[in-house]
Amino acid sequence: MDIKLFTGHKNRPHVVALAGNPNVGKSTIFNALTGLRQHTGNWPGKTVNNARGTFSYKNKSFLLVDLPGTYSLLARSVEEEIARDFICFGQPDLTIVVLAASSLERNLNLALQVLEITPRVVICVNLLDEAKKNNIYVDLEGLSKRLGVPAIGTVARTGQGLDELLEAVAARIEDPGTNQPRQVVYSQEVEEIVAFLIPQVQRLVGTAINPRWLALRLLDSDRAFIEKIVQHFNPQLCIGTSSEISFDQHLEAVI
Amino acid sequence: MDHFTKTQKAIPLSDIPVGATGVIASLNLNGLLRRRVLDLGMVPGTFVECLRQSPSGDPTAYRVRGTTIALRRESTDQIAVYQLKMGPETSPPVPGKEG
Amino acid sequence: MNEVEPLKTLSQIYTEVNRISHSTRINLSDQIVADIYANAAQIANEVVVRNPFSASCDWDARVDSILTSRLLGYPVMILLLGLVFWITLQGANIPSEMLATVLFGLEGKMSAWLLQVGAPDWLNGVLVLGMYKTLAWVVAVMLPPMAIFFPLFTLLEDLGYLPRVAFNLDNLFKKARSCGKQALTMCMGFGCNAAGVTSCRIIDSPRERLIAVLTNNFVPCNGRFPTLLAMATIFVAGGLASSAQMIVATAVITGLVLIGIGVTFLTSWCLSRTILQGEVSALILELPPYRRPQIGAVIYRSIIDRTIFVLMRAVVVAAPAGALIWILGNVQIGQLSIIGHLAHWLNPFGQLIGLDGFILLAFILGFPANEIVLPILIMSYLAVGQMTEFQSLEELRRLLVTNGWTWLTAVNMMLFSLLHWPCATTLLTVFKETKSFKWTFMAFLLPTTIAITVCFSVAQLVRSLGLV
Repeated sequence: MDIKLFTGHKNRPHVVALAGNPNVGKSTIFNALTGLRQHTGNWPGKTVNNARGTFSYKNKSFLLVDLPGTYSLLARSVEEEIARDFICFGQPDLTIVVLAASSLERNLNLALQVLEITPRVVICVNLLDEAKKNNIYVDLEGLSKRLGVPAIGTVARTGQGLDELLEAVAARIEDPGTNQPRQVVYSQEVEEIVAFLIPQVQRLVGTAINPRWLALRLLDSDRAFIEKIVQHFNPQLCIGTSSEISFDQHLEAVI
Repeated sequence: MDHFTKTQKAIPLSDIPVGATGVIASLNLNGLLRRRVLDLGMVPGTFVECLRQSPSGDPTAYRVRGTTIALRRESTDQIAVYQLKMGPETSPPVPGKEG
Repeated sequence: MNEVEPLKTLSQIYTEVNRISHSTRINLSDQIVADIYANAAQIANEVVVRNPFSASCDWDARVDSILTSRLLGYPVMILLLGLVFWITLQGANIPSEMLATVLFGLEGKMSAWLLQVGAPDWLNGVLVLGMYKTLAWVVAVMLPPMAIFFPLFTLLEDLGYLPRVAFNLDNLFKKARSCGKQALTMCMGFGCNAAGVTSCRIIDSPRERLIAVLTNNFVPCNGRFPTLLAMATIFVAGGLASSAQMIVATAVITGLVLIGIGVTFLTSWCLSRTILQGEVSALILELPPYRRPQIGAVIYRSIIDRTIFVLMRAVVVAAPAGALIWILGNVQIGQLSIIGHLAHWLNPFGQLIGLDGFILLAFILGFPANEIVLPILIMSYLAVGQMTEFQSLEELRRLLVTNGWTWLTAVNMMLFSLLHWPCATTLLTVFKETKSFKWTFMAFLLPTTIAITVCFSVAQLVRSLGLV
C-alpha cells in the first residue's frame, strides 16, 4: 500500500480519491472516467485494492484512486483501513464521495465521516434512475447547502452528469473554498469530552489533521490508528508504542 | 408513529416474523460485529423490517434505512427490538387520513 | 517538526481518555455512531423527496420472493447454473469447429512452406508440430467456451444474483463453520481461481478466510472448464443424438460442479474441526438492489478481456510447453522417447487411480496453466503414436480410445481435473494473500490428496464391480 507514492512530486497529477459504500456504482464511475477496464461487481467488497487510473480534463491530468467500498471509516476491516488511510495520509487533492440516491441516509453516514477528515470533497449522488424508479428524488441543491460541499447527481451507467462531476472536481481543486463543511453535531456528553481533548490532541499532531476528528477517534478507542497517525505526523512521540499486527500474527492469534 | 403501539417488552430481533417491523432497543453484541452492525445504521431507535428468510430458514434479510441486510440468527438473537403492532386489526397507515 | 515540547505524551492522553470513558455512563463508541446517523437521518429527511402518489412497484421483492424462496431457491440456483453450462456448450460448438478447421488447415501449409525453404525436420517439429499445434488446440478447444461462459457469469454477477446465492447457501457454510461470503469467492473462482483467492479478502475472519482460500480450487476455473466440457461431451454423452448429447453433457457438468461444491463444504467442515479449529463468526451480507447489467459492455469487455487474456497465456505458456512436449516426444533414449519413459514411469500410479501415465504427466506439465493440460495430453499421445490429423471432438475421442481410454478414464480425468492441485498462478496468489509457505503448501497438498483419494476409490470401486 504505497500511499505516499504520489506526494512530493512537483508536477504530479491531481490525485482524486473515489470513496463510497459498496454497490453505489463507484467502479462504474471509475471506468467511465478513466476508461480502464476494471471489472465492476454488484456485491460488497469487490474492489479489494486501490485501483488507479488516469484521465485528463481541461488540459489537467488527474490520477483517480478507487478506494474499496466501505460503510464507514470507523471499524477495523482491511477495506476500511485502506480507504481511511488513503484519505488520511495519502492526502488526495480531492475525494469524491459517491452516494446511492435510493439509500441516501446510510450513505450519508460515510460522507459525514469523510467531511470530518477533509473539506476537499465533492459529493456524487449516483443511481438517480434507480431512485426515480422507487419514487425517490434527491434535492441536490439542498444537499450541497447542508453539507457545505458541491453535490452532483449522476447516472453513471449512461454517463449522465459525469461532465458536471468533472467540472465540479476541477473547480473544487482549483478553489477549495474557505467554508468549513458540515460537521457532525454530537450529543452533549460527547461534545464536552471532545472540547476537552482537542487542545491535548493538537499538541501531538499540530494542525496536520483535524484535531476534532482525532479526538473522536481517541474516544473510539482505536489505539492502533491513533499511533499510526501520531507516528505519521510526529514520529518521536510514540517510539515503542507501535502495535502493527501482521496478517500472520493476527492469524496465529486467532487460531 | 401514532399508528403503532410499542409492546412493553423488548424481544430478540430473531423473534420478529417476516413482514413485521421493530425498533431497535439495544445491541448485546460485542467487538467487531457490534461495530459493523452499528455502522450499517442499526443504532437504537432504528426501524427494522423483517423481509424474508433464506430457503433454509437462516439467515434472515432485514430492511434497514433503505438497504437490505442479511444476518444470521446468532446475531439477531442478540439484538433487542420493540415489535411494532401492525396486525390485521390495525390496518397500515394511509397517507392523509391521520388524526 | 518544530520544537514544540509536548506537555502530554500519548500514553498520558490514553490514561486520561480511559478515565473519562469509565466515568461516563454511556458507551462513547456507540454514541458516536448513533450521533453520526442522527445527523445523516436529519439531512436525508430534509433532502429526500418521495412521491406519495405513485406507488412504487417493488420488483426486487418480487424477484427475491422467487430466487430466495423456500421452495424454488435451490432448484432455480441449480437450473441457472445448468443453463449457463448449456448455453456455453451449445454456443462453443460451432466456433470451436470453425477455429479448428482454419487453424489446423494452416498447420499443413506452414509445414509445407517450412520444408520447402529447406528447414530441417526438427525445426518443423518444434515450431509447427509442437508450438503451433498446441497453440491451435488451446485456441480452438479452450477459447470459445471461455469466451461464452465468462460474460454469462458476469451478467449474473452484475445483475446482483450472486449475493442471493450467498444468502441461500449461508446456512450450509454456517454448519461447516465458515462464512457465507465464501459462496461469492467460489463464484469468482469460476472465472479464475487466482481471482477467487484474492476475493477471499471480503471475509473478515482470518480463519474463515483461510478456509475459503484453501478450498477455492474445488470450483473449476475457466481454464479447466473446457476440459470438463470436452470429456463430458465425447465420452459420457458420446453415443447419443446431438440434442440429447448436449442435455446429458450439461447434466454431467452441473453434477460435477455440484460435486465440487460438496467437496468444498466437506473440506471446510473438516478444516473447521481440525487444523483450522474455531467458532463460526457472524455474517453481515448486504443484498443490493437488482440492476439491469450493461449487457453490451459486459459482453464486449469480457470477450475482449478473455480473448486477450487466453491468447496471452497461450503464447506465454502453451507455445513453449508445446515445443517442450515435441522435444520430449521425439528425443529417443534407448527404445523410447523421453516422454515415453516419463509416462511409463508414471503409468503404474496413473493406472492405480484410474488414469494413465500420459494423463498424469499432462497434469504435471500443465501446472503453469490448466488450459494446456488437454492440449499437452493430445500432443503426447500424438508424439508416441502415429496419428496425424484430427479436427473434431469425434477424432479426439478416437485418439483417446486408441490409447486405451474407457468411460472410467474420462470420469476420473474429470474428477482429477476438478479436484487436483491449483495452477502455479493460483498458488502464487495464495502465497501473496497468506504470506505463508505453510498455507501455500496446504493449498497444494489438500486438493492433491483429495483428488488422488477420490480417483483411487472410484477406480477401485468400478473395477471391483466389473463395470469396465
